[in-house]
Amino acid sequence: MGLGKGPFQGDVRASAGACYAARVSHAPSLRNQGPPRHALLVRVTHWITVISFLALLVSGVEILISHPRFYWGEVGNSRTPALFKIPIPSSRATVPTGYGYVLPDQNGWSRYLHFEAAWALVLTGLVYVISGLWTRHFRKNLYPAPADRTWRSFRSVIAKHLRLAPPDEADFRSYNVLQRVTYLLVIFILVPLVIWTGLAMSPGFNAAVPWAVNSLGGRQSARTLHFFVSIFLVLFLVVHVAMIVLTGFASRMREMITGLAMPQERT
Amino acid sequence: MSKISRRKFVTAGLAATAGVSGLAVAANFAKRYGLVPPDSGGIYGPGETLTYAAQRLFARHSLAREFPRSMISKVPFANAIPPLNDAFKRLQGGAFADWRLSINGMVAQPASLSLADLRSFPVRSQITEVVCEEGWSYVAEWIGTPLFEVLKASGVLPQGRYLVYFSIDPDWWESIDMADAQHPQTLLAWAMNDGDLPVAFGGPLRLRVPRQLGYKSVKFVTRLTVTDSPKGFVSALDPKSPNSGYAWYAGI
Repeated sequence: MGLGKGPFQGDVRASAGACYAARVSHAPSLRNQGPPRHALLVRVTHWITVISFLALLVSGVEILISHPRFYWGEVGNSRTPALFKIPIPSSRATVPTGYGYVLPDQNGWSRYLHFEAAWALVLTGLVYVISGLWTRHFRKNLYPAPADRTWRSFRSVIAKHLRLAPPDEADFRSYNVLQRVTYLLVIFILVPLVIWTGLAMSPGFNAAVPWAVNSLGGRQSARTLHFFVSIFLVLFLVVHVAMIVLTGFASRMREMITGLAMPQERT
Repeated sequence: MSKISRRKFVTAGLAATAGVSGLAVAANFAKRYGLVPPDSGGIYGPGETLTYAAQRLFARHSLAREFPRSMISKVPFANAIPPLNDAFKRLQGGAFADWRLSINGMVAQPASLSLADLRSFPVRSQITEVVCEEGWSYVAEWIGTPLFEVLKASGVLPQGRYLVYFSIDPDWWESIDMADAQHPQTLLAWAMNDGDLPVAFGGPLRLRVPRQLGYKSVKFVTRLTVTDSPKGFVSALDPKSPNSGYAWYAGI
């Protein structure tokens, strides 16, 4: 890699003019940045996950509309008392919603899309987790440093957010302890939980692995838990996108698409 | 082009070739071992194929959960049914004494059985959950004749790979593969809980497929056809079917 050899690289072509030389001498500093802000595999798996999650969300809401009532235990239906109801109209006439109309049935494509997107999410997640362990991505970039594993550092990050203090230099180079813990929670707790509770609604899967549903307290409990874990994932999405907008939408998107940091944010 | 990028280019090319040929081998294997569902075309095909293939590879013989008697739902939920036609009402008037179940297609001995004939087969009772794709469920005891007993008596020919089952409602049918048709829990149910199978729950005869969602358990069954291809009888692909647009494999 010729460009990495040093600032003299540009001098060879300096005869072309000062302006050209200035641009060329700029190039080595880009290359000397070392590894990109986000590795290629992280970027690719991130965007496949985004598409899968949005597909799961839209189709999940659509499926929910066909029975916006939740139960606890093994069974539950329109003739049994609900744990709680979502006050929306339904796509089924058999559900007592209090609304005088029934929405069109969209469960056919919604269910097809939900499971296809779930496969995309699971396979992408496996690639991400295995490669993350292999490249020590989790240990290097997400596992909090020993000094940060204290309530005090949590408090200081939260206080900084509450003061709406602008992010400092270090925030552009790596994640703070709150981000690290949140990402680890999403990757290793919430996503596995949403997959588990989702599978525990499948009669075929439950036949093969009965303890997966029995340990959750039954099929309706699994459905209710699936709903709440999804709510937490949507909350994460909302805060995640809000923070991206607040700290500079264009630069954050550039980092996650090209892997390169914005020039003015480089150290 | 520097040396490193050429090496990368060659590596990427080799990886892509290996990937494509790997997929081709997998597709060939999947087809040979019956891991491809009939609705494997279209944009949702890959997801459907993965789901169906995973079930058939890893859990072909798994048994649906059965529950203790204490868990039988006090108030089972009878989903809405299409209007009953004249043929049904006539048979209902005769207390279903003339109800017939015909077995045809790729079988050695086609048959036509009355409910009394069905009851002369070994009886099986099982307490399983009806799971609707909408989200609700109930547990009931289902009593009836295992489908595999009826298929055994008629002798399924080696080329028979699917079973299409028809309701007395002319627009209502479904199909399953032989793994589910020959499954010990797939039941021609003619009784439920403490009595005859009520009409609202599919009486006098319903095919219960407990490892799949409720919509595969067709009510008022009158005909079983063994075939080598369910083409034309995949409700998911047939706009006339009430289950049009729904996945053929409903184990998830």
